[in-house]
Amino acid sequence: MVPLSWYLMLAAFLFSCGLYGALARRNAIAMLMGIELMLNAANINLVAFWRHGVGPMEDLTGQAFAVLIIGLAAAEAAVGLALIIAVYRERRTIDVDELDVLAG
Amino acid sequence: MQLPLGIEVPIPTFEQFVFIQVALLTAVAALAVVTSRNLFHSALALTLTFFGVAGVYIFLEAEFLAVSQVLVYVGAIAMLIAFAIMLTRSMMFGRTSPLNNQWGKSSLFAILFFSALLAFARATPWPAAGEEVVADEALIGQLGREFVTTYVIAFEVLGLLLLVALVGAVMLARDR
Repeated sequence: MVPLSWYLMLAAFLFSCGLYGALARRNAIAMLMGIELMLNAANINLVAFWRHGVGPMEDLTGQAFAVLIIGLAAAEAAVGLALIIAVYRERRTIDVDELDVLAG
Repeated sequence: MQLPLGIEVPIPTFEQFVFIQVALLTAVAALAVVTSRNLFHSALALTLTFFGVAGVYIFLEAEFLAVSQVLVYVGAIAMLIAFAIMLTRSMMFGRTSPLNNQWGKSSLFAILFFSALLAFARATPWPAAGEEVVADEALIGQLGREFVTTYVIAFEVLGLLLLVALVGAVMLARDR
């Protein structure tokens, strides 16, 4: 049996990688990849806590929420990438440092 | 197993040994996603990470989620990202650095955050082992029943959200 803390450590690492990618990359697609990593880390945590919680056969809340997050991530990726393509068509760049029309 | 300096390391069981391999693969791929200079390499590493996470779900005896992960993430999201990279190719091989000027602060913050989570995960006394789970069709059937009883509102809202998001994505990306 793999201890719960190992899953949590893996998820923490994935989340930190995703956080760094979302904050530090200039390309909008790379930022989106960081967000996907963070969503995956959250999912690992949910499923790990479901598996180690009370009555995993009766209470499937953790798995149900993980399925909902997977669906949400699909919607997020579709809208995000469509926005990126629309911005690229308009501005010929997806460097988030150059997209500063709304900056005061 | 006794390491030098008198550190006691428990010998991993076979399951733990395999888990360490999968976790290392996932972690290295995730690191490659955020450090690779070539965006397309990032996307391939991201696909590998998704496979690794599916493997972790197998360890957690959540087979349905593992299959969904491969279908949705590897099949759809990784594909979408690859298409988006190819449609916006001018940024693919960056002439400039792929990082913005706050990467130093970001990496420091990410490392601090990771250390905090690590300390928390190690210090908290978690329950030693989960209860017995018989992962078969009955479990997946029960998950399906929960979606049409307990979580029916969340399920329907998610369906509506997916519909709106996909129609919106088509509208946004359409060539006018």
